[in-house]
Amino acid sequence: MLPTTQPPNHPTIKPPNYMTKIIPPAFITQSEEQLDKGYDPNVARGLLQFLKPYAGRMSFALGLMVIVTAAAVSGPYFIKLAIDDGINAKNPIALRNIALAYLVVSILQLGLNYWRVRIMARVGQHILYDVRTTMFDHLQKLSLSFYNRYSVGRVITRVINDVGTLREFITWAVLAIVRNLLGIVGTLIAMLTLNLKLSLLTFAVLPFMVLATVLFRKAARKNYRKVRAAVSWTNSVLAENVNGVRVVQAFSRQKHNSNYFGGFVNRYFLETSMDAARLAALFTPVVDVLGALATALIVYIGGTAVLGESITAGVLIAFVLYIDRFFEPIRDLSRRFDTLQSTMAGGERILELLNTPVEVRDAENASEMKPIIGAVRFENVSFHYSDDPTLVLDQIQLDVSSGKTVSFVGETGAGKTTIVKLLTRFHDPTDGGVLVDGVDLRTVTQQSLRRQMGMVLQDPFLFNGTVRENILFGRLDANDEDVIAAAKAVGAHDFIVNLKSGYETSVEEGGATLSVGQRQLISFARALLANPRILILDEATSSVDMQTEQVIQTALARLLKGRTSFVIAHRLSTITSADKIVVIEGGRIAEQGTHAELLARQGKYFELYKTGFQD
Amino acid sequence: MKNLFRIAPFLKPYTGQIALTLLTLLTLTGLNLLVPRIIQNVIDDGLLRGDSTYLIRSAFLLLGLGLGSALLSLVNRYSAEWVAAHVGFDLRNRMYDHIQYLPFEYHDHAQSGQLISRCIEDVRAIERFSGSSIAELVRFVLLTVGILFVMLSANVTLAVIALLPMIPLVLMTGSFGARIGKLFFAVDAAVGEVSNRLQENVTGVQVVRAFARENYEIKRFEAANMDVFRKWVKVVDEWAKIMPTTNWLTTLGTILILFFGGQMVMEGTMTIGAVVAFNAYILMMAEPAQALTGLVNAGGEAAAGAQRVFEVLDAEPAIHSRKEAVILSALSGEVEFQNISLKYQDEKTESLSDVNVRVKRNQIVALIGPTGSGKTSLVNLIPRFYDVTDGVALVDGYDVRDVELTSLRKQIGIVLQTSLLFSDTIRGNIAYGRPDATEEEIIAAAKAAQAHEFITGFTKGYDTIVGERGVTLSGGQRQRVAIARALLMDPRILILDDSLSSVDTQTEKLIQAALDTLMEGRTTFVIAHRLSTVRRADLILVMDKGRIVERGTHAELLAGGGLYKEIHDLQLMQRDSFAEEMSEIEPIFGEKPAHENTIYSNRSNSG
Repeated sequence: MLPTTQPPNHPTIKPPNYMTKIIPPAFITQSEEQLDKGYDPNVARGLLQFLKPYAGRMSFALGLMVIVTAAAVSGPYFIKLAIDDGINAKNPIALRNIALAYLVVSILQLGLNYWRVRIMARVGQHILYDVRTTMFDHLQKLSLSFYNRYSVGRVITRVINDVGTLREFITWAVLAIVRNLLGIVGTLIAMLTLNLKLSLLTFAVLPFMVLATVLFRKAARKNYRKVRAAVSWTNSVLAENVNGVRVVQAFSRQKHNSNYFGGFVNRYFLETSMDAARLAALFTPVVDVLGALATALIVYIGGTAVLGESITAGVLIAFVLYIDRFFEPIRDLSRRFDTLQSTMAGGERILELLNTPVEVRDAENASEMKPIIGAVRFENVSFHYSDDPTLVLDQIQLDVSSGKTVSFVGETGAGKTTIVKLLTRFHDPTDGGVLVDGVDLRTVTQQSLRRQMGMVLQDPFLFNGTVRENILFGRLDANDEDVIAAAKAVGAHDFIVNLKSGYETSVEEGGATLSVGQRQLISFARALLANPRILILDEATSSVDMQTEQVIQTALARLLKGRTSFVIAHRLSTITSADKIVVIEGGRIAEQGTHAELLARQGKYFELYKTGFQD
Repeated sequence: MKNLFRIAPFLKPYTGQIALTLLTLLTLTGLNLLVPRIIQNVIDDGLLRGDSTYLIRSAFLLLGLGLGSALLSLVNRYSAEWVAAHVGFDLRNRMYDHIQYLPFEYHDHAQSGQLISRCIEDVRAIERFSGSSIAELVRFVLLTVGILFVMLSANVTLAVIALLPMIPLVLMTGSFGARIGKLFFAVDAAVGEVSNRLQENVTGVQVVRAFARENYEIKRFEAANMDVFRKWVKVVDEWAKIMPTTNWLTTLGTILILFFGGQMVMEGTMTIGAVVAFNAYILMMAEPAQALTGLVNAGGEAAAGAQRVFEVLDAEPAIHSRKEAVILSALSGEVEFQNISLKYQDEKTESLSDVNVRVKRNQIVALIGPTGSGKTSLVNLIPRFYDVTDGVALVDGYDVRDVELTSLRKQIGIVLQTSLLFSDTIRGNIAYGRPDATEEEIIAAAKAAQAHEFITGFTKGYDTIVGERGVTLSGGQRQRVAIARALLMDPRILILDDSLSSVDTQTEKLIQAALDTLMEGRTTFVIAHRLSTVRRADLILVMDKGRIVERGTHAELLAGGGLYKEIHDLQLMQRDSFAEEMSEIEPIFGEKPAHENTIYSNRSNSG
């Protein structure tokens, strides 16, 4: 046993010598152990659902495969016939006929095989399309708390990589497994029909073959887990250092990081690759030796039989050919096992995502929300997340009449954002109810409700596409004049027309080419175009500097006019003119009133306001 | 293809192992070629002449050959994979190293996900190719040559007939390879688009929901998804065509041998054993010929992978120390910008123009101005994160391009706008720039950054792991750890990029206090929009559109009546109205506890 070592948390020491095995940190190995899946009937059943719509086509392809296999298995038999009845019998006509028959069968095999591969491969792609679409649809329904738990990277890994392992399985492995099984059965039948004694002789090697395969599988499985651990360790170290490359350079950590990567992470990768190589290098020769053993036995015992004239030379030759066809599928099956394993792991993760319950869903008899007038009422609303019983909101009682502006203030984590998320029904209250125009939100469809609401967030998210498309996102049927009018109203028109291609300028990922202020103005235009009856601004101005904020304030005033508005801001100077200021503390309403009223009370608001101006 | 050859230098250190691989391969191929020959003898000499001793000998010979070739193939496979694993290891190290040294400008445009997949997926593709695939290819060539030789020397006519179907097989495989490469490229692009759609949708999930655009998004996704489907179907159709056809061509070879060879046997020009051996040779050749499809695939993937890998390795670490670079000893801390202009690669306008500043040792310089006015661009020039387009940035009189980078950066402490921490312990994060720091130094730095208290509040204290798989720190806590990290460097020059806009007022006060300690006795550049910080600066630079529009002390700038005064008045105005409000409620103010009074009066005095 070689000595082992785990990398130190802070690698100031040199990497260990090359005789020492590296062990990755516990969090890597643990997560890989969880992923280590054998065949799991639940996962298989879950995945089977996706095959259902194609059951007809798949059974047809299976039928084709049976014929194709039969045709393939008949090959050595034709050779036997040619030798015994044609050549040895010195019958040129029989030889011609046998060759022709063989040709016809092989052409049939070609045609059917083409048909079968085409059907199955297409079905495979259909299934993958369905899986991706189902996942995306489900993602559109999952509540926002799901997205707090799941990073963007993880979602993408599920939909792209895990579905990718499924692809390997569906397009190749399923086909290959069925083909191999059929091949083994077919060869078995052919051999038994030809000669029982020689068949049993061949099968004598089989137990060793099974043993070798089982041992190999066991070792391969253990190894596979390590390979996965190596990849995921490398991945996480790389991800962190690429994302943090600016800090790396600022603190001149490159050499140190390289030592760590080369001495531990990448070296573990190398070690696991070598282990896998050793294993793979061992398995095939073992199978080959067994094959050679079988052939040698057949040659000797079969040959003796030929001499004793109990079998023909053709039978012997056919047998030698069958041995190869018998071992090849077994070898192939053991290779496919890897795919099966990763499919089970990937499949489980896909199903986990698809089985994540949708927390907020439309009631069965949900009606369309009528045009909103704008009165909002929170009736004894309490809320906690499903996985944590601590109340985030506690007995919120709030009345807002139509067209008024309400501001929520309070410290980070007080519950301001949660309140507006209940209003847009991103979450449902655990107690009490949220009413708009007297209608409980749970009785109407989410779409009809949100279509009448607008929201501007701290980070103005823009989509890849042109400026025009981004504004249009608010109301898809708007025309160009509407878009320009909206942009003008929020003061964005001027800078937009000065961009390289005006409204057709494309916005890069995350809107990198525009300044934060410009992006925020575009998001205002988008909200204005949607012409919402209820508008929510969540820290909409906090990421811009004061000068930009001045510009935005003017736009804001226009945006807020005539709508019921909810504003969250941590710069209190921006909300003093609100009709109502609500101070949230620990999930409760601590105070509410106008700016003047609250200052006069000298309570919590007064405190907050004061610190805001302190230097 | 050209890129594939560029892998060669990475193979070079393993010439010995590669030679071993090839040598075993050559022997192995020779042994393989013997097997049909033995079977032929069994049939012709053993069976037809009825010589039974021949059978035993042949059986043992076959077994011996089997064992021998198994041993060789073991060595062969292992050495091939050994080389592959080491090539992969070297490539990953090279990539990792290179990426770390690529300048900010490169990382501004690169997508991190892509870089990572290049280091892992693409290197794996190259690895696979340089191991088993190259060996397979060589095996194919050796086998083909060997089989051709054996067959032609046995019977030219039958050899030509038997090999006829192999010609279209090889040609088809070749053209398949060319086509499939392009088709795969299209698949990759389509999958990339799906992944982009997804990323955007997930990142913008709140916006999508808020505007009730789910159905619109689903439609767009389905379009991209359908494209992936179509592109795959094209690939799959090619497969459906090639796989059965290559199979059939092999069978055709067998049939031709049977028919023509059979006739020759009847004519007496050939033995049955030879016919059987011919068939065995064709089968032997067909297997690697069919594997050629997979090989071409692997080659295509490796070539694409190599292209992407070398794209990264070819990117120049434009910012690196020159050979004759000066290694800086302890800095005094003077910084000077002379006639500086800076234009980023893909931008039309200059981000900095005509900047001239001279900063003396231990001065505090404040930079203010609107977003995008060039404040961050300017301070980024001091640690040479970017190179100037024109002019020169000097530290202690040295052009930063002439000094050794590490010796420069080790003396500069930076707190970036977003305080990125690594998923490591808090101790590890603070000691990031100085892994050899002692426990006392780390705690001292944390204390100075006002972070010690909350750190010891965790059950594991400094051993608490932060980040994705540990404790989630608040924005303010992260910021203070980042400050401690910079402080531990005991830098001569300190750069504080505005970092307070995303924390609430209370936290801001705490951090401000930490920063004040940090600035003492160092040349400090601070980007801020709070006038309190700015006011105590020795030099205030007001920036707008990449230029310094005003400079001076607080008092000078106020007297100047420019942009600075405007900004100042804006804040002052708010403060005035605040003061006014306060005075209105003054009558009841006395009832409040005394310490709040103090805070209030402090504020009015200074304001």
